[in-house]
Order: sequence, then C-alpha cells, then structure tokens
Amino acid sequence: MPNLEHPAYPADDLLHLESLVPCRESQVSTLLSIFGERQQFSFPSIFIYGHTSSGKTYVMQTLLTTLQLPHVFVNCVECFTSRLLLEEILIQLQGCSGTEQTSPVRCDTLNDFVRLFKQALATQELQDETLYLVLDRAEQLREMEANILPAFLRLQELTDRNVTVVLLSEIVWELFRPNTGCFEPFTMYFPDYSIGHLQKILSQNHPPEYSADFYAAYINILLGVFYMVSSLEFLWFCLAAANERDTRKLWKNIEPHLKKAMQTVYLREISSSQWERLQQDGGEPGQLKGLSAHTHVELPYYSKFLLIAAYLASYNPVRTDKRFFLKHHGKIRKTNFMKKHEKTSNHLLGPKPFPLDRLLAILYSIVDNRVAPTANIFSQITSLVTLQLLSMVGQNDQLDGPRYKCTVSLDFIRAIAR
Amino acid sequence: FLSRSHSDFQEKTTKWTCRMKFREIPTAALILGVNVTDHDLTFRGLSDVLQDSITPYVALLEAKDCPGIKNLMQKLMGQLMNCDIEVDSLEDEDCVQVSQNRIRCSMPSLVSWYENVTKKTDSETPSKKRNSSSRHWQSPPVVVIFKDMESFTTKVLQDFIVISSQHIHELPLVLIFGIATSPMIIHRLLPHSVSSLLCIELFQSLSCKEHLSTIVDKLLLTSQFPFKLGEKVLQVLINIFLYHDFSVQNFIKGFQLCIVEHFYSQPLSVLCCHLVDLKKREETEKLLEDLHVYHENYVSILRCLHVFTSSLPKYPLGKQIRELHCACLENQVWETEEYESSLQLARMLNKTDLVSMLQQCVEILMSSSGKEFDKTVEKLKEFLTQFQNLEGGCAPSCIPLQNNCLPCSLMHHFFLKTLLELKESRRSKKLTKFEMLRFEVVDYIDTLVRKYLVPADTRTLHEIVYFNAATVLRGHLNAAPRTALHTALNNPHWYLKNQALKCDGGGISNKAPDICIVYKLHLECGRLINLVDWLEAFSTVVMASEEPNADAASSDQVDDIIHARFIRAVSELELLGFIKPSKQKTDHVARLTWGGC
Repeated sequence: MPNLEHPAYPADDLLHLESLVPCRESQVSTLLSIFGERQQFSFPSIFIYGHTSSGKTYVMQTLLTTLQLPHVFVNCVECFTSRLLLEEILIQLQGCSGTEQTSPVRCDTLNDFVRLFKQALATQELQDETLYLVLDRAEQLREMEANILPAFLRLQELTDRNVTVVLLSEIVWELFRPNTGCFEPFTMYFPDYSIGHLQKILSQNHPPEYSADFYAAYINILLGVFYMVSSLEFLWFCLAAANERDTRKLWKNIEPHLKKAMQTVYLREISSSQWERLQQDGGEPGQLKGLSAHTHVELPYYSKFLLIAAYLASYNPVRTDKRFFLKHHGKIRKTNFMKKHEKTSNHLLGPKPFPLDRLLAILYSIVDNRVAPTANIFSQITSLVTLQLLSMVGQNDQLDGPRYKCTVSLDFIRAIAR
Repeated sequence: FLSRSHSDFQEKTTKWTCRMKFREIPTAALILGVNVTDHDLTFRGLSDVLQDSITPYVALLEAKDCPGIKNLMQKLMGQLMNCDIEVDSLEDEDCVQVSQNRIRCSMPSLVSWYENVTKKTDSETPSKKRNSSSRHWQSPPVVVIFKDMESFTTKVLQDFIVISSQHIHELPLVLIFGIATSPMIIHRLLPHSVSSLLCIELFQSLSCKEHLSTIVDKLLLTSQFPFKLGEKVLQVLINIFLYHDFSVQNFIKGFQLCIVEHFYSQPLSVLCCHLVDLKKREETEKLLEDLHVYHENYVSILRCLHVFTSSLPKYPLGKQIRELHCACLENQVWETEEYESSLQLARMLNKTDLVSMLQQCVEILMSSSGKEFDKTVEKLKEFLTQFQNLEGGCAPSCIPLQNNCLPCSLMHHFFLKTLLELKESRRSKKLTKFEMLRFEVVDYIDTLVRKYLVPADTRTLHEIVYFNAATVLRGHLNAAPRTALHTALNNPHWYLKNQALKCDGGGISNKAPDICIVYKLHLECGRLINLVDWLEAFSTVVMASEEPNADAASSDQVDDIIHARFIRAVSELELLGFIKPSKQKTDHVARLTWGGC
C-alpha cells in the first residue's frame, strides 16, 4: 500500500523509495510536499536534526538519488576551512553537469562564490529545476567565519536562483542561531528508531539460509541486550559476525555471549577482526587481553617518586604538609572555617594545582636517600608533562613559578608504588 | 618486533575488503615505553621495512608539526607525494613540482592523487621490469604513522579520523599510533563515536631493560672490541638509565663519552687496540694477549654461571647477565654471600634442570674460540653421560630422591627453609649416587669460577682496556646547574683561574666581579632584603680597597657609578632567579633560594 503519493513524481519511483526507507514514511512525505514539483521554488533552507544514526543522511541521499533530483552533497567535517567548502561545492556542481574538464576553481569569499555559482548554474541544463545543496554535519559551519551560515540560509535570495539548502545536524537549531539574526529555516525532527522499527529494518536483510521467523526471533534477543546503547552500525556488525555460528550453540549460549560481546567489542577493548578470529577458532574470549588490561606503565625510579609526590601535592591541602613530611610537627588547630569545608573529599573535587617548589620539597622528603638536584630530575618533570601524566596549569609567570597538577588516578599511583 | 608487526600488516591489508563492509580503519597501537627519545629510531626502521616490502606510501607525523588539521593535511600530502616522486624517479614527464600553495590540501585531492598514482603503476608493470612493483599489491595501502600520540590535540586527531573514514573506500588507509604510556590514552583522546571507526590492534615492544641487556651483551661481553668499562663506571651508567630515564640513546652517549675520556686522558690507551696491530713490542704484546685470553675465558664462564644462577628463586646473583657481570667485576665473587647461597640452591636442583643447564654450558663452551676449554667440555660431557647412566640403573634407590629434589619453579622460599633443615638432618645418612654426582658437578663449577672469574683489577695492564674514572663521568653526565652557578658566584677563581681572586671562605674580596660581591652579601640576609642596606654594604666593600682611610665616613653619599654597578648586579641576580621583587614591602626583594645546593 503506497503511503507516498505525490502528483509530480512517477508512482514507481515512489514505491521503490518507500521500500528503501522503512519507518520514515512521515518524514519523507513531509519533505516531498515541501519540495513540490520540480520547477517550483521550495523553502529556501531546511534544517533537519536528530540523534546519531536516526537515518538523516541516508534518507536524504536515497530520496534525492531515487527521484533523480539534481543535488550537491557535501560533508562539512572534511572542509575545515570555508574556502575548501565553497570550492568543493563548485567542483561538484561542475561534475554534476557531466563535463569532463575540471578547471581549477579559486573561490575565497562568499562574494566570489555567489558569482561563480550563478555562472555554473547557467551552464547546466536544469530547466529551472530546483537544485538541492545538502550540507551534512552542519555544526561545523558554526566554527567557520560568521557570514557563512547566514549566507547559506539565504542562498536562494542572494543568487536569485532556484536552489534550496538542506542542513543536517545532530544539534538543535537554538544553538545554531547566530547573534545577529538570520533567516529562520524550516526545522524538521527525525525521531529515533524504536525497537519495533529496528526489528523491521534488520529483518529486511536476512541472509537466505535462515528463515525469516528464526531470524526475527534472533533479532529480538539481540535487541533486548543491546538496545540501550547500540547504534545501527554496531548491530549490523554483530549480525554479520554471528552468521557463521551453529544453530544449537545459538540458543544455548546466546545471552551470556552477547553480554561478553557488549563488554569487549562495544567498548573497543579488542578490535572487530580479533573478535571474528576468535569466533572462528571457538576459543575462550577470556584469554585475549583487551586494551584496558595493558594499563601498567614502566617508569624509572625517580619518575615514580616524582609522580607520587605530585599526587600528594595535588590532593593534600597545604596545611597538612608540615604534619606529614617533617619529623617534628605541631598540632593543627581546627578553626571554624575548616570545619565547614571538610565535608567534601578532595578526591571528588579533582586535582589542585601546586607550585614546583612544593613538589620538590615533598620529593626530597619521601625519597630515602639524598637526591642530588641534577638537571635530570627537572627534565623528568617535563617529560612527565609530555606524557600527560602531569599537566601544566597556565599562569602569568611561567618562568618564575610553574604550576602543575597531577592527572592520574589513585589506582595508577597504587600500581606504581608497588 | 618489526617482523611481527610487518607480518601482521600483511594480514591486515589482505583482509582489506572485509573492513570496507564495516567502514573501519585498521589501526595498530604500538606501545613503546616511556623512553620517548628512542622511538625515533624505531619508527624510522619501521617505515623502512614497510617501504621495502609492503607499500611505498608511508608518512610520519609528529605532534609539533600539526597544531591544526590544516597543517596535518599539508604535511601528510607533502610526505606522500615525495614518496611518490622517489618511486617514479626514472621518469621525468610527470614530475610535477608540487608547491604547497597550489594544491588544495584536502582529502578529495589526496584521493584523486592516489587514484592517479595507482593507475599509473598498474599500466606500467607490463612494460617496465622493476623489482619493487612485484612486491606491491595492486592498491597498496597508505600508512600514516603518528609518532607521539600523547602530544596530539584531540580535535586534530578526531577530525582526521572522521574525514578519512568517509573516504575509506577510495583511499585504503592504515594508521599506526605510537603510544608511550598505555593504550587507555586512546580512550582518553578519542570519544567513543570516533574510536568506533577504528579497528585497533595492540603491539607491544620489548621493554627497555631488555634493550639495555642486549647492548651490554654485544658491546662489553664480547671480544670484538678491546675497550671495556670498569665496575664503577658501568654502575654509574646503569644507574642513570634505571633511575632517571629509560633512555637507551643516553646510555650510548654516555658510553661514547667514556671512550673519548679514556683515549684522551689515559696515555696507555694507545695500546688499546686489536692484537694484530701490535707487532713491535713483544713483552707488552704477550701481556696483552694474556689479557685478551683472560677476557675470552671470563666471558664464557660468566655465561655458564649465568645459566646456573638465572633460574634460581629470588635471584641471589641477579637475573640478568649484566648484574652478574657487575658483581664479578667488583670483587672476588666467590667470597660473597650471594654466591654461597646460590651454590647451596644449586645443590638442590633436580635432575632435568641440572642436565639441561649442563647441556647449555657445553654449547656455550664449544662455541667459544679458546682452546682451553676442550678438557672442560670433556669433563662436562662425562658428567652428562654419568647422569644418563644413573637413569638407566638404580630405579628403587631413586625414590628417596623425590624428597629433596624440586623443580626450580616450586622452590618457593617457604619450601626452601624446610628443605634446608631437612638437608641438615639427612647429612648423617648415606648419600645416593645422584646426590654425589650433583655435588661433584657443583664443585667443578665452583673451581671453574674461582679460576676464571677473577676481577679484572688483578690482571696486569688492565688499565689499558678498562676505563675506571667514574667521578669524571659523573661530573659530565649529572648536570647540576645550581651547583655550578653557586660555585661560579662564590668562588670566581674556580672558573676564572685568577689567583688574585682566591680568598678564604667568609671574606669577600673586593677585586671580585660585582655580581659575586652582591651574591655573597645576599647569602647573609633573611627572606626579605632591604635594597638600601644592601647598596650600602656593597659600596663599603667596593670602596674599601680604593680609600682605606676614613673617607668612608661620608657614607651617605654614594657614588653614582657604584650605584649603577649595584643596580646592574641586582638585575642580573634577578635574571638568574635568585631574587624577585616583593610586593609585601616597597624597596625590598624576596630571596628565592636557600641552603646549600
């Protein structure tokens, strides 16, 4: 039963389209009604947003290619400068018309872009059909110059041509709106796929050797374990990896096995190829050490002490130094002020910055034998910063008193201290 | 390590097509250890290997060159296109001089370049015969090596990975991350959405302590090079390695410094060369030959002893051969307690271990070039055959053996004590054949040790080849800038070598440079120094030489030149970091350094 009906487009195409984009019929029909007929001017800019893998890119691309609407598709993450973005659009436009020659295009500013855009459109035989300019990952546009985003929103008006700009993003429009105001696009939301939807999509591509019911039941179980955290891609991967398995093993071991898979592959402990190899060998996954097993770092002797001293300096308040590290300490009198602030544990608040002198003082007191202040010790501090075990805290007087803070956790320090 | 990663790469790239289904970039995470200075060599070796066997497109990226994604792309394209020009150096038609400004540094242009290049090599292979192309596949992967992963900013890495994963179908990319600490850094640097685009496998390199052992083995315990290090010097170098930085390059530099020092300062070192070069002086030649022979024997017996002691529990004589070497160099090793305890433990080894150790010793001694060891080898082989005969014979008397033989792995110290007590109690009983044989073997090894592992100091002419000036080395390698500064300012005659400046401690000579006078005066002060008082003291000292008579009573008026000199000296001290202007009181400076250095 065809859900999509539109007088401008042939019915076969629409049917094919519907089969390609299950569970998104309402969104597609809205888009079709906005697009209208081919030569009708459509809304100047459309903003589509939704979570990751809610099908925005896929639906857009399928729609445009199936109905054979002229379009240019650009991913904004690749174009890290505005010049790259503009040139990419123009190059794709040239490619759209089917001419082989690609003369080098230089386009620095929006002014040039508008002019060249009009020229490029003129050479194409579009017969006033709407050109769709799709910008994926549009949140990158905010990082570029301030005039790019408003210009794209008004491109139809600036160029006086039949063009519509579609922006795809994961972030809501409120965060995009520039301070100086702009033309408000038509916003559309793509909701997440529900479990039912996911089931329907995944069961579409079942391999021929299993029956559809069997496969559907299997998918049910899979979704039960993974629904909260997974993405479509990951689910595809699980299915592909599991296809070689024996039926009986499937029913017996499926639940704990999937849980194990959740922990290891999902968290990127081991790679997908290792997982596949493991499946084929039939071995125990416990043997393979994941990424998080290799946390031990070999450090030279004094570096270990430096790191421990840094940890102590970061997490102990200054007033306790005298007590812990000197032989004869006095009693610490608690004042009212301190009583109020003792509640929060320092561990929860994170590391505090400390000056270099304090670090060296603590180091000299915790190392048993006498440490000569050679240049090696100081350069070790810098190498610890390079390894991101300490971090330098910005201060005005970097040369006079560099301040550091310790970025490793208590477990790491305990492991080293052995 | 290189060959292992190389073979893994081949695997990785042959499974290329299945990766395309998942849109993941194959990545290798190399955990190389904290000694970042040594990684450079490793990466260069790796890229050479890769270029020879798998692909000519290898790019090395460093964090300091890539503060932003634009620089990263520029560097990457520059390196890859240079690679390409090297490969096609035979033809000059396509050698386009690439200037960075003209090409767009973006991924699509990289993709199109790659397509051009692979199409070109495909069409050429039937016409030209080149060895390298037969080893490459049709579409060789492009390898990008990130030399120091921890120093990259997360944004640059994330952007790069996201961009490359979009084009993974056209541009087969393989990434290599050089990690110094632990692979958790990948999770810290990359969010989950990005790390799910990678297919990561871990490779671990050898620990740097093993590298050190290899170096010591090849340089010192060999007869190829006549130069050797004395015990103290070796200890200094190893201490710097273990205590400060695990850097093999620094160790090598220290070693080179030893060589330079030895040949520069020791006049006898002219004789420190290969034996064949010494033809003229017969006596010295004979003595040196003796030394040479001594050393060869020493090395062989040292290795045998190491075979015995390296598998004992708690390693009384050290686990690695360099520790054993240090112990033997220091003094007569058979007098040390650790030697005694290791002999005792050796007397409790079981048969299989003992037999395997003897076999290893036989191999070592046979491979050494000295002729002295033939008899020893025969004796050891005799022992071995005796052991084998034991096996065939008395089976019933072997049963009591089980009680006081344990495999080495079970020799936990808890068992050891009970075993030692048992041994004491059993001494009255008759010893079995195996035990007697075991005693014989251990005693024989003991005699070998006493004969050959004599410390080098006792041999004649050892100063020629052994370098022992440890204090000089320590002075050069352990830089102490504050001490040097303090010496310079306190005793200027040390560096200026001017006898007139020599003064006994406490007194301030007025002929010293201004900054020395000012420094010594400030040492006597407390935390906050009053500038006016300081200036007066300074002028008193300076003027004491010029006008010894009581014209100094007019101390209120300070000469302008002296004032200027004082200001200059104080600002120099501030530059060096000894004082800093204080906000607490006007006209005061705070003193920053305390105590001796």
